[in-house]
Amino acid sequence: MFGLDKKDTRLLMVVAIITFCAPILLNPFPTESALAQFNAGYPDLMQRFVIFGIFAIGFNILFGLTGYLSFGHAAFLGVGSYSAVWMFKLLSYNVIPAIIFSVLTAGIFAVVIGYISLRRSGIYFSILTLAFAQMSYSLAYSVLTPITNGETGLQVYGNDPQYLKGDGPDVTHLFGLEMRSTAEINLGAWTFDFSIGYYMCAIIMLISFYLAIRVFRSPFGLMLRAIKANQTRLNYTGISPRPYMLAAFVISGMYAGLAGGLLAAMDPLAGAERMQWTASGEVVLMTILGGVGTLLGPVLGAGFIKYAENIFSKINENILHSWFSFLPDGIEEAIVWIFARFVGEGWHLTLGLMFMLIVIFLPGGLVEGGQRIARLLGSKNKNASDSTSAE
Amino acid sequence: MGILDIKDVGKRFGGLQALGDVNLSVAENTCHAIIGPNGAGKSTLLNCLIGKLIPDTGSVMFDGQSVLGRSAHEICQMGISRVFQTPEIFSDLTVIENMMIPIFAKRDGSFKLDGISAFMKHKAVLEQAEQMLEDMNMADKRYMNAASMSRGDKRRLEIGMCLSQNPRLLLLDEPTAGMARADTNNTIDLLKQIKDERDITIAIIEHDMHVVFSLADRITVLAQGTPLVEDTPENIKGHPKVKEAYLGEAQH
Ligand SMILES: Nc1ncnc2c1ncn2[C@@H]1O[C@H](COP(=O)(O)OP(=O)(O)OP(=O)(O)O)[C@@H](O)[C@H]1O
Ligand SMILES: [Mg+2]
Repeated sequence: MFGLDKKDTRLLMVVAIITFCAPILLNPFPTESALAQFNAGYPDLMQRFVIFGIFAIGFNILFGLTGYLSFGHAAFLGVGSYSAVWMFKLLSYNVIPAIIFSVLTAGIFAVVIGYISLRRSGIYFSILTLAFAQMSYSLAYSVLTPITNGETGLQVYGNDPQYLKGDGPDVTHLFGLEMRSTAEINLGAWTFDFSIGYYMCAIIMLISFYLAIRVFRSPFGLMLRAIKANQTRLNYTGISPRPYMLAAFVISGMYAGLAGGLLAAMDPLAGAERMQWTASGEVVLMTILGGVGTLLGPVLGAGFIKYAENIFSKINENILHSWFSFLPDGIEEAIVWIFARFVGEGWHLTLGLMFMLIVIFLPGGLVEGGQRIARLLGSKNKNASDSTSAE
Repeated sequence: MGILDIKDVGKRFGGLQALGDVNLSVAENTCHAIIGPNGAGKSTLLNCLIGKLIPDTGSVMFDGQSVLGRSAHEICQMGISRVFQTPEIFSDLTVIENMMIPIFAKRDGSFKLDGISAFMKHKAVLEQAEQMLEDMNMADKRYMNAASMSRGDKRRLEIGMCLSQNPRLLLLDEPTAGMARADTNNTIDLLKQIKDERDITIAIIEHDMHVVFSLADRITVLAQGTPLVEDTPENIKGHPKVKEAYLGEAQH
């Protein structure tokens, strides 16, 4: 279907169903229960899952297929956000022009940065991209303040022109459908939130995912994998790797721009911290954690990291005390103290440990973990897990 | 004037004169063997033909056009394919994918952006790749990861990848090294067949004299970067200089 083979269609369908049911699937615990804080089914977080999923899917087209590790992709995320907010300021709160413009500007930036960075490969390429991103970050705080509004961050003010606004809404919307509008459905002890913003991001993520599958399976994708496999042979096969690399770089930059635009569409704010090297590093972590070069990996990795960031970071000592209150006092104190290092502000420690464990024991990331479990279960339906790999 | 004309080509690596004034002309549709002891400069000479090395002096003309200063992919698109001394294939890709890439390159040129169609659905390319694998006796390995094959198989795959582009000049650097006897004979048969059926010029470096004498129309003996003699296989066999420089050296 849609020009995909059976395995890929099945993968796309599974992802689509999970994405559409996410508001239910991610809220497994009754609203009032002690475990409700593990629920992730609220719009704000779910939007982050799919938006960073898009970011990672695009990053994987570059890193997963060609092996070129960019350490500056957050620059495109930031550029996308700024572009979107400018569209809100100049035109209206309609998200469509904003999203289109953010993809375009990120694409143009990617052409320039890619053209220069791709003169080198390996570590030098990574350093060049990192340098560009850090430069953008610093410029956003200094000389570019008129465009970026410096430390305050770019936002929409009452006296902005908004030439096309008319009597449209005062919040981001899709032809009148407000992004923040949410249907809250109560089912017994459970509450589920279905928000317009999430579903718009989800549909865009599915389209991005679908396009990424097409790229993976195309002659272009084959050439990108050939670059990773053996650039020498590719050269002596009559292929010029440079334009292929640039195309991959620009495509992944546009994905990042799209993600940045969507972040602004959900919350019309853009700040330079979005371009910082930590943000660039995060997408690398997402891709590696999920499984480099696999179709599903980046999405899984993005969800995983955003979940950890939002859920583990919220657990504090009081919550820990309530969990372990059944233990004798001294032991409770000790256990809570230990756990407290790994949650709340210490969630980075948890993430770091998990990252190390995965890189050492599961170099193929979560996808490889899934495949191993499937094999352990003696699942005959081996194809399902294989369909996530590039080959 | 041959299809390939090498004039006064010299190449130094630091203090080492790897090639000194090599003159060599390869006639169209012949097989020209280059033999010589280890370190004679044979691979270096091939590297100078395909843009991997730029000679310090001299000129290299292919079909009336200079190859010097062109990039590797341009030279390949002119019709020169090269099999390397250590097999250069796309490891981690399947055998059939390895075979399809050169066919795409031949068909679409050095760059074509097609990110939407599925490459496995390019029927003509796929069929040609499968036919080539059939010819190379590798059809059963088509979905194997190329990296996991034996050295001999990798080399055969590489030869197949080069042949699939229908090159006008095929450069082979010890194509049968690391192959079992039976595979070597298969390769000889294949190359003979290609030579008979197609308009192809072959330049081959080889230590295995059985291969050289089965294929070559002319032989150049290279020693310490300079050609000693160039002649027909019959004359080379008994040539005293060759015995001294090459066969003598090969014995210890
Ligand atoms: N890139 C290089 N840098 C420095 N020296 C080199 C380089 N390539 C080759 N050489 C040297 O040049 C000389 C010729 O090497 P070359 O590989 O051309 O020999 P060959 O005739 O192919 O030998 P063999 O039969 O062992 O393959 C050798 O002494 C080698 O060490
Ligand atoms: Mg050699």
